[in-house]
Amino acid sequence: MSLLTPDPGLLFWMLLCFLVVAFILGKWGWPAIVGMIEERGNYIEESLKKADEANAALANIKEEAAKLLSDAKNERLEMLKEASRLKDQMISDAKTQAVAEANKIMDSAKESIQLEKDNAIKDIRSQVAELSVNIAEKIIRGELKDAKAQTDMINKYLDEVNIAKS
Amino acid sequence: MSQSINKTMGQTGKVLFIALLCILGVVGIVAFASSETKKDLDLKEMVFGHIGDAYNWHITTVGETHISIPLPCIVYGENGLNVFCASRLGHEGHYKEYNGYKIAEEGDNAGKIIEVSTGQRPVDLSITKNVVSLLISCALLLIIFLSIAKKYNKCKETGYCKPTGLQAILEPLIVSLHDDIIKPSVGKNYKKFSAYLLTVFFFIFLNNVLGIIPIFPGGANLTGNIAVTLVLAVLTFLLTNIFGTKAYWKDIFWPHVPIGLKLPIPIMQFIEILGIFTKPIALCIRLFANMFAGHVMVLVLIGLIFVFSQMSVVAGLGVSVISVLLVVFMSLLECLVCFIQAYVFMTLSALFIGMAQVEEEE
Repeated sequence: MSLLTPDPGLLFWMLLCFLVVAFILGKWGWPAIVGMIEERGNYIEESLKKADEANAALANIKEEAAKLLSDAKNERLEMLKEASRLKDQMISDAKTQAVAEANKIMDSAKESIQLEKDNAIKDIRSQVAELSVNIAEKIIRGELKDAKAQTDMINKYLDEVNIAKS
Repeated sequence: MSQSINKTMGQTGKVLFIALLCILGVVGIVAFASSETKKDLDLKEMVFGHIGDAYNWHITTVGETHISIPLPCIVYGENGLNVFCASRLGHEGHYKEYNGYKIAEEGDNAGKIIEVSTGQRPVDLSITKNVVSLLISCALLLIIFLSIAKKYNKCKETGYCKPTGLQAILEPLIVSLHDDIIKPSVGKNYKKFSAYLLTVFFFIFLNNVLGIIPIFPGGANLTGNIAVTLVLAVLTFLLTNIFGTKAYWKDIFWPHVPIGLKLPIPIMQFIEILGIFTKPIALCIRLFANMFAGHVMVLVLIGLIFVFSQMSVVAGLGVSVISVLLVVFMSLLECLVCFIQAYVFMTLSALFIGMAQVEEEE
């Protein structure tokens, strides 16, 4: 039966065609396709790995950033506290200094006032003395308008002096 | 909401349309079949005429006129090389002599060109129906895979890119065949054989699919032809044994069995050597028988309509409904078989080649 006996003509053509197709595809078809698919697969795998690494790095960076941020916040808080403490200290320092200065000024003022007062009193004294002498002179002059009175006067003083001498 | 209603309406419409088409088809076939009742129908001849090889590609017959494509005949006989058109030899039932050749009507060479004087077959390299189908499928294979390869190469220049179109359809198939079957089956030397194995798979798959398409470019029963499967099996056989390792040959001539089994009577060697040949023969017969049987089943089921229509129109109608349903079922099954047989042939080839690639055990 011809069904089970291969026809030589078809055998020939089949062998020829198949070998040609297998050769052409083996040279220009499959290597390009399979090679490219493999290469792309490797590329994708690598890219995924890289992406994973990048993600991990990013997470690290985020953590670091968060840490930095919290550190900075703490530092700021500390600085604010320090600043407020310094401010208070400065204010209190200034206050005590001001009080001391004021006291000093007051003291020196008091002193100078005392000095002025003393001077003034001295002045007044001398002026009072002068005035009293002048007044006395004027009074004496009034009394010694005539010669007789004058001589009386002189005698009186001379007596006094004598008496004092004796 | 309205979109989904439209969609379901569209689907129901489609189903109705297909059903109507089926009914019309059935009625048409029966009407045609009962109009042919005058002639006696030879079911066997019809079936084998369709799945066999021919010098004409018969497309259809309208009334008494055969519409077919005559193919070139190339024969080398007693009077040298002759190339002529098959139409010179006439057509079925009306064979003519040409240049000392004719198509035998009976005997072992029925349907084939013989020399009138001797009744012997000349060297016949005619481009028959199967050869044309083979050329078409080879051209398709080259066009498809070279264009895909070109796409990949183009991609390489511009960096890597997403596969599109045909490339996207075939890439998963190629990758799964290459990575999941060829690599593990053949072993570490897979690169040498992957081109052959991939070509074998797609060659068989494409031809199987073309075989179940009933209109012109398809319809030839190429993978259901023993010559084709024989060539493929012989190639696998050659690749297996030419590239077989030392360990492989040692396993054949000095296998790991009790000494009594290999000396003085070489029983195991005999079995092993037989195994070298039975493996490719099984490959050859399996593919041939599967594809052949599928075609026969479909043709017989269709033929039944004509057989019953000859008895009566009612019987024809009744049988045709069942036949058409069965043919639809068979065709769907064939779609599956197309893939499975290509897959099995390639997987077994890969395994046989892989078995011959064994390394010396330490």
